Amino acid sequence: MAHVKIPQPDELIKINYALPETTWMETPVEFRPGTWSYSGTAKSLIALNLPNPRSWQPTDEDWKLPENWQAIILSGMKERLRKYRSFRLFMDICVRCGACADKCHFYIGSGDPKNMPVLRAELLRSVYRRYFTTAGKRFGRLAGARDLTVDVLKEWFYYFYQCTECRRCSVFCPYGIDQAEITMMGRELLNLVGCNINWVIEPVANCFRTGNHLGIQPGGIKDMLEFMADDIEDRTGVRVDVPLNKKGADILFVTPSGDYFADPGTYTCMGYLMLFHEIGLNYTFSTYASEGGNFGLFTSAEMVKRLNAKIYAEAKRLGVKWILGGECGHMWRVIHQYMDTMNGPADFLEEPVSPITGARFENARSTKMVHIAEFTADLIRNKKLKLDPRRNDHLKITFHDSCNPARAMGLFEEPRYIINNACNHFYEMAEDTIREKTFCCGAGAGLGNDENLEMRMRGGMPRAMAVRAVVQKYGVNRLACMCAIDRATLTTLMDYWVPGVSVMGVHELLANALIMKGEKERTVDLRGNEMGG
Amino acid sequence: MNLLISIVAVLILMLLAMGMTMNHVTIYFLTAIAPYAAIAVFLAGFIRRILLWAKSPVPFRIPTTCGQEKSLPWIKSSPLENPSGLPGVIGRMALEVLLFRSLFRNTDVEMIDGRPVYGSASWLWFFGLVFHGSLLVIILRHLRFFTEPILPGIAGLTAVDGFLELAIPTLYLSDVMLLAAVIFLFVRRIINAPLRYISLAADYFALLLIAAIAVTGLWMRHIQPTDLEQVKALVMGWVTLSPHSPQGVGVVFFIHLFLICVLLAWFPFSKLMHAGGVFLSPTRNLANNSRSQRHMNPWNGPVLVHTYEEYEDEFRDKMKAAGLPVEKE
Ligand code: SF4
Ligand code: SF4
Repeated sequence: MAHVKIPQPDELIKINYALPETTWMETPVEFRPGTWSYSGTAKSLIALNLPNPRSWQPTDEDWKLPENWQAIILSGMKERLRKYRSFRLFMDICVRCGACADKCHFYIGSGDPKNMPVLRAELLRSVYRRYFTTAGKRFGRLAGARDLTVDVLKEWFYYFYQCTECRRCSVFCPYGIDQAEITMMGRELLNLVGCNINWVIEPVANCFRTGNHLGIQPGGIKDMLEFMADDIEDRTGVRVDVPLNKKGADILFVTPSGDYFADPGTYTCMGYLMLFHEIGLNYTFSTYASEGGNFGLFTSAEMVKRLNAKIYAEAKRLGVKWILGGECGHMWRVIHQYMDTMNGPADFLEEPVSPITGARFENARSTKMVHIAEFTADLIRNKKLKLDPRRNDHLKITFHDSCNPARAMGLFEEPRYIINNACNHFYEMAEDTIREKTFCCGAGAGLGNDENLEMRMRGGMPRAMAVRAVVQKYGVNRLACMCAIDRATLTTLMDYWVPGVSVMGVHELLANALIMKGEKERTVDLRGNEMGG
Repeated sequence: MNLLISIVAVLILMLLAMGMTMNHVTIYFLTAIAPYAAIAVFLAGFIRRILLWAKSPVPFRIPTTCGQEKSLPWIKSSPLENPSGLPGVIGRMALEVLLFRSLFRNTDVEMIDGRPVYGSASWLWFFGLVFHGSLLVIILRHLRFFTEPILPGIAGLTAVDGFLELAIPTLYLSDVMLLAAVIFLFVRRIINAPLRYISLAADYFALLLIAAIAVTGLWMRHIQPTDLEQVKALVMGWVTLSPHSPQGVGVVFFIHLFLICVLLAWFPFSKLMHAGGVFLSPTRNLANNSRSQRHMNPWNGPVLVHTYEEYEDEFRDKMKAAGLPVEKE
């Protein structure tokens, strides 16, 4: 796919924060090239039994909506107000204090006032007021209410697919109003009339059928993993196994398919393979549950559940004891906050215990799925791994907290513990840009496509600038992260804003430092670059 | 425009109150009916709204985590920013409700040399806290009109509030702070362009209404003292359910009273309901323990899934060709 032409960084950084002359209700949305995503194809919608499959694009005048689209949306709203306290509450209690306004990376990077979380919410809230509150029904505009028109729907589409559901705004809101939650509702409503984006809906359709977003078929997965095993042998002299669909394994390992598909995710995946080999873990990958990520999260709660169901089903079929999950962001939002509720109880699994150290993962007692950073940190703590951090001396690392593990889980120390044990040069970015205040890569929640490139670079700017600061200060040359989407999108982001910085997963860093039994003298890292030590 | 409408609305309300002092019937309405009506609307509306929220379930456990989770025993977790159980949740909510924890994080951002720079902006937190704190003190102080004898705590609070003993009658600290905070919040809403852009008429109205109530209150204390005996008698009349019209309390008192009635009656239908809502926010009041304790969703139902059997049926040959085990040959 061709990249749309976007301005150079020194042009893009001249962000215009001036407000439009017209009030926001009177400012129509403009689908500027580079700032929106292509529509979902009919083929994918049909494969998923989703409504209103057709061929259309957001720039079309006529979106070919169903005749009664307003009624569909309004009854969808009514249903969701009844089903989600969050939705009803967040519609009612915002005081428009503006504390969230400048916390969104899309606002900081674009200056578009409708990217202020509060205003993004008002896009939907104004319709809520008009149809579901007395004041709005009676006083209309004066009460901040407006009719649901096609233009409003287009505005929803533009701005709800310009929010990465990162939850940064929710950290700062005095009532915890979470725009991610509102965006999720907005996207569910849009989906009811067939308005979704292809970069979300095609992976969903793929995942439903083939088990992973990228549509890789069973043989393909095997080939890719074998190929990585070859590379590992080449670098280390050690031949690792790639167990697939193996019954009788102790542990089912699930990771985002991005990890076996493309650089630099593949290096992270090689890291997993080396680690599991070294500790002699009895585990298996699965081709049926070959996706840890879940683009259902960017579609609807129902779709989350439809895709996520495979993980427990496969764990049951293979008869494993518990499940281990790879490095990913939104995947962990689903695993941590949704999986057990949706598809549990996982009473056919055992409470996770590390077969190597005997540590009980009590925090995963019910879901029975452990994050690989928790697992590995425990191994290091118990001195089960031989690490030579000097082997990463050619790297100067900084670490990007991915939105979901940060703000929907609180996984901060484990990755840092691993990084600190695996390298000697680790530098944190500025405090306002890490941990719970971390800035999004700008391309999560299905927005990481090429046609949306300008918006991605804008949304990723705050993250990129924080990286640039540590590059200038400490000479950082590598950005570590624990998310498959990040590994893809941050790479583009760095190339644009901070050329010279490449991106890696934490387990790639670990594997560089990992001293394996029977290894040959290591001279190159997993990428084949000359390594330190 | 929204600003203008709110100013006009508050002025009309004040004029209305003044008008009502012209005639016995309306005075009776203002002093004997409106207060009860306002309280009734307030209570009924407040409860109705809370029930409406409470009736909607919390299908998923979605706390926003702002600190390290509780995971391995040797990793220090932050129970107040990322609670794993009830005590942490109570602590987190207490910080949130009493000290506005999240607002304290507030930063602002400025582009300097082509790079965003974040600065602390806790003044919003400060004035927000001052505003709510002094409002609370003032409301509590007013309780002295509602009981005979005055509750000891209230008398003490009043004494502390007036400890500066500036002016006669004593100028209360809370009054000054409230006015300062209202002015800050109001001015901020007007001069901060993005904030003005998002403000609705109701946002200005809330501030102006509270400001008008405060100013009329101060007026009666410091500029045109009102006969507090009469006020007390009136209020005790309400309390004992035998309201009677007060004598010689002046028109400002009626404005003060009427605006309070308006505020009470409007409250449950406005954003002021954040006062109740903050306790119910699922991103704040839930423990982050969804992996150790299963959270139940009352409407969790079956969905259409793609089973392993269907998957293997489609890919069996390819799986066999790749040497992968299959269930059915
Ligand atoms: S911080 Fe919360 S209350 Fe304030 S404007 Fe944003 S969403 Fe509304
Ligand atoms: S969730 Fe993230 S992207 Fe969405 S409005 Fe909030 S800060 Fe912006």
